[in-house]
Amino acid sequence: MKTIYKVPSAITSRDTTYCPGCTHGVAHRIVAELLDETGLTKKTVIVWPVGCSVFGYYFIGTDALIAAHGRACAMATGIKRVHPESFVMTYQGDGDLASIGIAETVHAAARGENITTVFINNGNYGMTGGQMSPTTLIGQVTTTSPYGRKPELNGFPLHVPEMLATMDGPAYIARGALDNPQHINQAKKFIQKAFTAQQKRLGYSLVELVSTCPTNWKMTPVESIERVKREVLPIFPLGEFRAVKGVE
Amino acid sequence: MDLKVIVNEERCKSCGLCVNICPKHVLRISDKINSKGYYPVELFDNENCISCGFCYLVCPDMAIAEVKKPEFVK
Repeated sequence: MKTIYKVPSAITSRDTTYCPGCTHGVAHRIVAELLDETGLTKKTVIVWPVGCSVFGYYFIGTDALIAAHGRACAMATGIKRVHPESFVMTYQGDGDLASIGIAETVHAAARGENITTVFINNGNYGMTGGQMSPTTLIGQVTTTSPYGRKPELNGFPLHVPEMLATMDGPAYIARGALDNPQHINQAKKFIQKAFTAQQKRLGYSLVELVSTCPTNWKMTPVESIERVKREVLPIFPLGEFRAVKGVE
Repeated sequence: MDLKVIVNEERCKSCGLCVNICPKHVLRISDKINSKGYYPVELFDNENCISCGFCYLVCPDMAIAEVKKPEFVK
């Protein structure tokens, strides 16, 4: 019997604290697999956000720090400038990156800092009980938009990769999804290219991962996967938005 | 014959994503109960498993510890 898949060694033995069916774990596994494959585990610093994944350092065994809410890119900038030989990445959710931390993210991208961001977009603030976030879809019911998100009252969802792709600083910007094996493999390739961009010192790289939140969407895990395919992916199309020469 | 899908039962949260994605329907939620209080998934039909690894790819809790493929000798 030949082993074709095995849990990567960068994943610790501690059980994840996420709800059943939350795709945070899939994103962790992809990142850990790539750290294993590239041999970067020992020299990686991951800056964890505030949100559901705040305890991420329990699950991926690398050096880690937790930034103040939204400030992961600012903290990663400092780490990368002081330790240019280390591999620095941030792992942020949509409430963290797209709402309170949008200034830090946009300016880190505009400066072209050599850091990588993995951005989990599940359309709400998961940890605090499912409030509306910048990436909540029009008409989506959350605890702070009980009649659905209305454009005249709450504005429109924010497309972070499309916005950052118009700048000169970022080297690699893409959006993947975690709803089926095909998209998971595609997302892994995107993150691999983002890692390459940092290793070649080409500039800022960001990969958005369209994710699920079964608990706050009030759905079963299987229903939430189907909702991503039916409602979220038409609004947030997948693909690469910016890739400078040298990223492959 | 060894099992093709090895499940770490303590990690499973019985979300059912692997059962949903399995193209050959060889996985199911078992009657056992783990220390967290969930019913872990089990491979009940090892013969028909095609070792595609979809269960491993979609598992959010790294509960599918290993997927193995038989080696055919000529």
